[in-house]
Amino acid sequence: MDAITILKETYSLQTANAGSLHAFQEDNWAQFTAWGLPALKHEEWKYTRIRNAFSDKMVTASHALPQLADLHKHFLPGLEEANRIVFVNGRYAPELGFIADNDNSLQVAPLQNAAEEDAEFISLHLGHSRQYHADGINALNAAFAAGGVYIKVKKGKTLSAPIVIYHFADSTDGIRFSQPRVLGNIEAGAQAMIVEHYINLGKGETLTNEVIELCTGQDAVLHYIKLQDEGNNSSHTGTTHIRQLAKSLTHAVTLTLSGKIVRNNLNMVMEAANGESHLYGLYLLDNETLADNHTIVDNAMPNCYSNELYKGIMDGQSTGVFNGKIFVRKDAQKTNAYQSNKNILIGSQSSANTKPQLEIFADDVKCSHGCTIGKLDDDALFYLRARGISEDNARALLLHAFAMDILDQIKDESVRSFADQIISNRLSFTV
Amino acid sequence: MLKIENLQARIEEKAILKGINLDIKPGEVHAIMGPNGSGKSTLASVLAGREDYEITGGTVDFMGKDLLELSPEDRAKEGLFLAFQYPVEIPGVSTTNFIKTAVNEKRKYQGLEALDAAQFLKTMKEKMKLVQIDQSLLSRSLNEGFSGGEKKRNEIFQMAMLEPKLAILDETDSGLDIDALRIVANGVNQLRSADNAFLVVTHYQRLLDYIVPDFVHVLYNGRIVRSGTKELALELEEKGYDFIKAEVEKETV
Repeated sequence: MDAITILKETYSLQTANAGSLHAFQEDNWAQFTAWGLPALKHEEWKYTRIRNAFSDKMVTASHALPQLADLHKHFLPGLEEANRIVFVNGRYAPELGFIADNDNSLQVAPLQNAAEEDAEFISLHLGHSRQYHADGINALNAAFAAGGVYIKVKKGKTLSAPIVIYHFADSTDGIRFSQPRVLGNIEAGAQAMIVEHYINLGKGETLTNEVIELCTGQDAVLHYIKLQDEGNNSSHTGTTHIRQLAKSLTHAVTLTLSGKIVRNNLNMVMEAANGESHLYGLYLLDNETLADNHTIVDNAMPNCYSNELYKGIMDGQSTGVFNGKIFVRKDAQKTNAYQSNKNILIGSQSSANTKPQLEIFADDVKCSHGCTIGKLDDDALFYLRARGISEDNARALLLHAFAMDILDQIKDESVRSFADQIISNRLSFTV
Repeated sequence: MLKIENLQARIEEKAILKGINLDIKPGEVHAIMGPNGSGKSTLASVLAGREDYEITGGTVDFMGKDLLELSPEDRAKEGLFLAFQYPVEIPGVSTTNFIKTAVNEKRKYQGLEALDAAQFLKTMKEKMKLVQIDQSLLSRSLNEGFSGGEKKRNEIFQMAMLEPKLAILDETDSGLDIDALRIVANGVNQLRSADNAFLVVTHYQRLLDYIVPDFVHVLYNGRIVRSGTKELALELEEKGYDFIKAEVEKETV
């Protein structure tokens, strides 16, 4: 049975239970069938052979949920008491979640239920990301949306702790295919941090195809961190779609510290005047892995500011891909948009592909972009070695310093030190 | 301590050092002077192990070891120190963190325990006084945005922390005003002892008013063409390098 047949069977098994999301799923399944999986000739996928990740070894059947006690060891240190949303094999598992902000500031519910209760919001925003990704991958996730979650941070509320979304994938029986779906509603004046973390519960392979769509209201503040360190048996295609409905501040950090084939789309859709957004990313790759970050900053209205910095370190035969689109629509006068992508190649067969793509239709804007691909600075290396620091440690120090720019953007201390530990171990710094 | 015999080096196809001989004993301060392009900085770089240069002949013995066989880091751990003419700016690496790593790697090499945080801080405070360097400077990224004087003081501070046997000062006076020069020279003088030695590379005599050398050598066209005492430096200052050039050319004709 090939991958498409597996998907088709899985789809027909679950869509009958999609309830209020049935029509949405049907529409997207039809769209997926029409578009199919993207091939290399698809401009947006030219470096990323995603079809290879979909194989006849894919497993989608659900199992009994793991015990909460067995998951504890995977929770982020220091954030055990934070708000927690758990997905198992791509399906939201309410039994394993936890609400720290239990004063009614935060609502977490199955997407299906919310589709009835918050029908207007859902109809306006669920699936909005698809218009940016006409490639089947996004539609495929949407065809399974009924397993998703809806998050609402209520008007004017500031959460006391981050919302950590754990994605557990059980790879014991084959290549575990998961499709988590999240829709978030950060209402006017609300402040929240959302952290996503991915864990492979087996020793086999996983493939996760995720879509998370987040909306911010007037003066809302949203921090979003995507922490990928699932191991080199795990492939990922994900879209994070952040939509500023009114003037707000959004800040995203994407860390890709391992993974076989990883594709992250990050869209900052700035639909209101005076918005501000920040996009930071770090990819630290080795062996034959590939990380492909596609970002979009879409400025529709005047006076918006965005700043973007992505950095990559490629070892072994790994490949880093960066594509940064900035759209400035004709009404988006006085836009300030900055973009930078910096790559260090340390593996003799590693590579980086970087492409800024600016499309500007307004005439009074400030936009800049820059990209570099290089190796470690020989003068800096010599300087450190001349002080008695071994070549390996000198390299580690310099690479760590390179990564710090992005790490420092993680505003939660626990997440930052967790990520820093992984990075330091990876760079094998020893004294 | 350091014995250089007939040292020759080139970069790409260009010969820069054409047979250097130099013998430095513990407790001595040697100055190397010479016009631009004579090979002064090359000599300093070659001794520290910079790989841009190819050694084409000669030997360098450093306290019984074949210096040219050692990696730059092992030379440092054996007690060689190069104060850079142009200290490198390294964003994201704090000076404190860097110097702590360097000190502890050296201690490990010597079979000593790593300094704990308290011991390290205590040593650091003592050495900071030597060059009047401020704590706030040391918590910043290494040399990033430092003024010329701050960079050079940081070099001498690092030297004080690492306690080398042989310190090579590569044009440490360049880019310094007279006050900074005094502070730097004062730091060096306080570190002088019967056990260590200094090789001071400079273009101008003025540094040698503050760091008084036992021997002065003039490097010209890849060779040491004159050696003498500190009076030689004064003579150079008075007559300029042209008189040396003229004499050397007369001799070779």
